[in-house]
Amino acid sequence: MDSSGRFVARHVATLPKSGIRDFFAIVSKMKDAVSLGIGEPDFVTPYHIREAAISSLEKGRTSYTDNRGTQQFREEISRYVAKNYGPEYDPETEILGTIGVSEALDILLRATLNPGDKVLYHEPCYVSYAPSVTLCHAEAIPIRTIAADQFALDPAALRAAWQPGCKLLILNFPTNPTGGTADRAKLEAIAKFAIEKDLLVASDEIYSELTFEGDHVSIASLPGMRERTVFLHGFSKAFAMTGFRIGYACGPAAVIDGMLKVHQYGIMCAPIMSQEAAVEALRNGRDSMLHMRDKYRERRDFIVRRFNELGLKCHLPRGAFYAFPDITSTGMDSMTFAQKLLEQQKVAMVPGTAFGEAGAGFCRASFSTSYEKIHEAGERIARFLDTIPRR
Amino acid sequence: MNSVLKLILDGEALDTAQIGKILGLGAEAVDRELAALRKQGVLLGMRPVLNPSYESEHRVRAVIEIKIRTEGVGGFDGIAERISSFEQVESCYLMSGGYDLLVVVTADNLYKVAGFVHERLARIDGVQGTSTHFFLRAYKKDGFIVNAEGSRRDQPSVSP
Repeated sequence: MDSSGRFVARHVATLPKSGIRDFFAIVSKMKDAVSLGIGEPDFVTPYHIREAAISSLEKGRTSYTDNRGTQQFREEISRYVAKNYGPEYDPETEILGTIGVSEALDILLRATLNPGDKVLYHEPCYVSYAPSVTLCHAEAIPIRTIAADQFALDPAALRAAWQPGCKLLILNFPTNPTGGTADRAKLEAIAKFAIEKDLLVASDEIYSELTFEGDHVSIASLPGMRERTVFLHGFSKAFAMTGFRIGYACGPAAVIDGMLKVHQYGIMCAPIMSQEAAVEALRNGRDSMLHMRDKYRERRDFIVRRFNELGLKCHLPRGAFYAFPDITSTGMDSMTFAQKLLEQQKVAMVPGTAFGEAGAGFCRASFSTSYEKIHEAGERIARFLDTIPRR
Repeated sequence: MNSVLKLILDGEALDTAQIGKILGLGAEAVDRELAALRKQGVLLGMRPVLNPSYESEHRVRAVIEIKIRTEGVGGFDGIAERISSFEQVESCYLMSGGYDLLVVVTADNLYKVAGFVHERLARIDGVQGTSTHFFLRAYKKDGFIVNAEGSRRDQPSVSP
């Protein structure tokens, strides 16, 4: 018997596994399953971006780079962020290339949190936020967002959740899994509160290009926020580059410097071919990105209409590529619904509770998949619902 | 662009009922749209894109470059239209460069293509010369990779 568990640290041993893992294990063995569970673009990386990576390899560019990323990479990031989001960051001291936003957030937490510090984040949210905080021996404090607000963070709820010891606020708009966004007025109220309570803000803007309604506003662009915000972004979603594992952080120099320490010991640097592909995406990727965004929007309109036709109330997500229908009319909880749907009709949706308690009563359906699959999933869900007495 | 047309051009295999559901139109409305597109001459027809290795067990395909003399034969259009009317001809284009018409033909075997060139094309008044090239193997057809290995085969079916 394997007794090596005794070597695992307590705070890791007690950390729950991602709810998505169990689900993945079932779906991956199932033939003919239609998966709406895929949290990444169904597009292949645009060819001109792949070509930049190929060219990088052909030229033999296979070395380490500066820990922060190549100068060219950081300069392009600086230009792109200033042009599209507003704030200007110095490529020398305020920008750090990372292995996706995942690493950027992880090293930000590790660079800034002392044991016992508290971190506010809105829920439902991406699966890693709370566990990453726990791994820093800090405490994650969820703020519930609700469907009636289209899952935008209510500044009043933020104020109510705050408690002494809160140091950091994690924001993610548009939000995975709800597609929630925050307009300027909401962000201004949040910013005001962050300044009042001297909070550092980590703004995960990975889905920002995929905003369908209104203009995306970064909290980093608001007065008084640049000096207390770390802007986290990457290439996975907007440019369909998940496998490249490439992202970046922009923020005040002292925080970036702290992150750089963690990054240089843990990671060294992001892969050079990914950095070079990312440079091409920043320079010339806009048309491909807009094409993909339009496709997502069309599919969003279809899937949301379909869920509502089927009696699963679904708000219109304003960004990202997930629908988040309310399944409470079935009388089931999220996990039961997802499991039964998978067993009976072989359709995979991720239970909302995988994204925190605030996701109870919902399931996430990715529309980053073909019309054919979304259509088929709709037919199967209709058959499934026919077998259930509805409330 | 017309929403029905846009969806068809995406290349997904969808029937009119599915298209209707996706666009929130109903199948009849989609049929009406398609009929209108045909009438306007926008949509010439709809065909499946077959893997050429299935076709080629029975068929050969060739591309023929044709040089034309236009004096006294009514210009390019008359000849091109005549050539297009042969059922072996899949497509026919007027080209810039070293030859005038590019014609794609399919036939049951190599001899039938040869016969078509000798007995049909070469006899048309105005055809000065032909150069025939047979297709050996297809790697991509009408935007589809022929032997797609499945670029997503290692993609997890559920991910955060």
